[in-house]
Amino acid sequence: MSSVNNIQELANREYKYGFVTNIEADTAPPGLDEDVIRLISSKKNEPDFLLDWRLKAYRHWLTMREPTWANVHYPPINYQDICYYSAPKLKSKPKSLDEVDPELLATYEKLGIPLRERELLAGVAVDAVFDSVSVATTFKEKLAELGIIFCSFSDAVHSHPDLIRQYLGDVVPYTDNFFSALNAAVFSDGSFCYIPAGVRCPMELSTYFRINAASTGQFERTLIIAEPGSYVSYLEGCTAPMRDENQLHAAVVELIALDNAQIKYSTVQNWYPGNKEGKGGIYNFVTKRGKCKGANSKISWTQVETGSAITWKYPSCLLMGDNSVGEFYSVALTNNYQQADTGTKMIHMGKNTRSTIVSKGISAGHGQNTYRGMVKIMKKADGARNYSRCDSLLIGDKCGAHTFPYIEVKNSTAQMEHEASTSKIGEDQLFYCQQRGIQAEAAVSMIVNGFCKEVFRELPMEFAVEAQKLLGVSLEGSVG
Amino acid sequence: MLDIIDLHASVDGNQILHGINLSVHPGEVHAIMGPNGSGKSTLAKVLAGREGYIVSCGTVTYAGDDLLTMLPEDRARKGIFLGFQYPVEIPGVSNMYFLKTALNSIRKYNGLEEMDAMDFLVYAKEKMKLVEMDESLMNRAVNEGFSGGEKKRNEVFQMAVLEPKLAILDETDSGLDIDALQVVAKGVNALRRFDRAMILVTHYQRLLNYVVPDYVHVLVNGRIVKSGGKDLALELEKKGYTGIEDDLTRQQAVNS
Repeated sequence: MSSVNNIQELANREYKYGFVTNIEADTAPPGLDEDVIRLISSKKNEPDFLLDWRLKAYRHWLTMREPTWANVHYPPINYQDICYYSAPKLKSKPKSLDEVDPELLATYEKLGIPLRERELLAGVAVDAVFDSVSVATTFKEKLAELGIIFCSFSDAVHSHPDLIRQYLGDVVPYTDNFFSALNAAVFSDGSFCYIPAGVRCPMELSTYFRINAASTGQFERTLIIAEPGSYVSYLEGCTAPMRDENQLHAAVVELIALDNAQIKYSTVQNWYPGNKEGKGGIYNFVTKRGKCKGANSKISWTQVETGSAITWKYPSCLLMGDNSVGEFYSVALTNNYQQADTGTKMIHMGKNTRSTIVSKGISAGHGQNTYRGMVKIMKKADGARNYSRCDSLLIGDKCGAHTFPYIEVKNSTAQMEHEASTSKIGEDQLFYCQQRGIQAEAAVSMIVNGFCKEVFRELPMEFAVEAQKLLGVSLEGSVG
Repeated sequence: MLDIIDLHASVDGNQILHGINLSVHPGEVHAIMGPNGSGKSTLAKVLAGREGYIVSCGTVTYAGDDLLTMLPEDRARKGIFLGFQYPVEIPGVSNMYFLKTALNSIRKYNGLEEMDAMDFLVYAKEKMKLVEMDESLMNRAVNEGFSGGEKKRNEVFQMAVLEPKLAILDETDSGLDIDALQVVAKGVNALRRFDRAMILVTHYQRLLNYVVPDYVHVLVNGRIVKSGGKDLALELEKKGYTGIEDDLTRQQAVNS
């Protein structure tokens, strides 16, 4: 058996963690017009300012065109075919884990996810996950003592309308792009997080413990505000394949860091990537942006992207405050017919602003992986510095890696460094491992994990361990 | 332990080995010498199961099993170790982790308990002394940024850790200065055992000053043209490969 064959075989195995299908949901009829937006807003009992904002966004969206510059290809999306309102309660939710796809459970088992969380992830009906709801409540009380607000976006709209009004769309205005405009018009729910001045959030805030995690839907919106001198680490998603029946996902994440504040935002995304022929799978068109508004503030993005059929995502930093720091660490893995066009934008506006970009793209099967990044140094950004490093790893000979770095410098004191490399998991490396007794599959996983080490190091400890396991499981032949 | 009979092999459509016959028994050290392009490295790679090397004819039996149908990792697990002529770099994977994984896959395959990190550390440190290897190399990525000498030392160190039954060292002496050569040779000698066989593939005689083989085989154009004791290496050193070839041609002329 040759090692090339081994690689092919690893890359071509079927997605084992199929989704539970035939979900009947309490949804509005497909299509989008102002009435649908009014319906969404009234169902959520939203204040007028929010409805107005949604409608403005919708009207603006109508004037926009879907972007085509990304290096991804998919059939046209009919936006009138999509249901924009779905009641949180799905009728056919499994009543217990016994009813959940055993393959899905096997994955959770492999990833070592606690039972309670498995139920939440698999979307088991509410009374069954009562336990985890109470866990979430306990955490919430603890955080409230410090003045930290961590709740669903819908809750925040009612409990803290002033904060929402002040910051909603501050970083990503609805006019920003086609998908962010759509999100602004129809967003379903998401997370809201507020860290008061001088408070260091004592735990990683995680979407695991979000009460309505199972029903935030396809147009998610997250807003995180870090007041001066505060710190928060936020974990999005989880390493297990999420059960999801929506094909189009257009989320928006906004981060605001004031003077001396730090936000660390980590994502592990493992949505359904589609089958071996490239049918199905999630389209993930996300707008994520952070604003380092205050001096000495810092925003750090770390992402591990292994799922979705198409990923279109550029977590970015606007470095406005003097001495502010932006970081982007990314691992993107594409297998079979997955496509990813991902990267970042670092916009240096303040003096002595610094940014670091480390991107690791892994392509297997027919996967296409594109890094697209922009570093922009504005006129007034004296002494700005950027370091970028983009590495691509190819597994097999049918996949592709592409790099599009854009650099725009308007200040002559800027220092820029860019490094890029493309390598193939060589037959040499594989044979070397095998000759030491390590099986081909484990060897590929080891080589890939080594390749991603710089990024994993940035993940919170337990997340990093899970991410490594996930790559292992993925390379075992599922997500790739 | 190893029986090679009439082995023919090709790579990229070029026939390299033209009928090798060789028997190796436990405890023996065999040196295979030959000029560039004679097929020395090809033989080593065929034995280890490198992909792309096609065996068209002949058999190889290892410990009673047909070696040629085994996966490379299974050959390793059954005790075959190849010291690479050009050790491969694996960025981001620490030497320690790599070797622990290797040792444990071999142990597991052989029904032994896996070694935990602490025990492994103690065990590995012991072996490091054999090749006078700097402990700092253990925490660096596999062979990444290692000097030529460090890479070769690392190969011998890995052999010490994995304790193979049959070690094939492919030009382990190449690219070493005399000090490094002595250290490597010392490590190899320390690993000689009554139940372990070694095949040293080398171009030059100088390694054999330090590691004295039981048998020397001269490989020319994919065939073993002459076998003998350790003195054969010295003869080679004097006459060169062409001298040996000339002798052979003369003999053939006499015989016919």
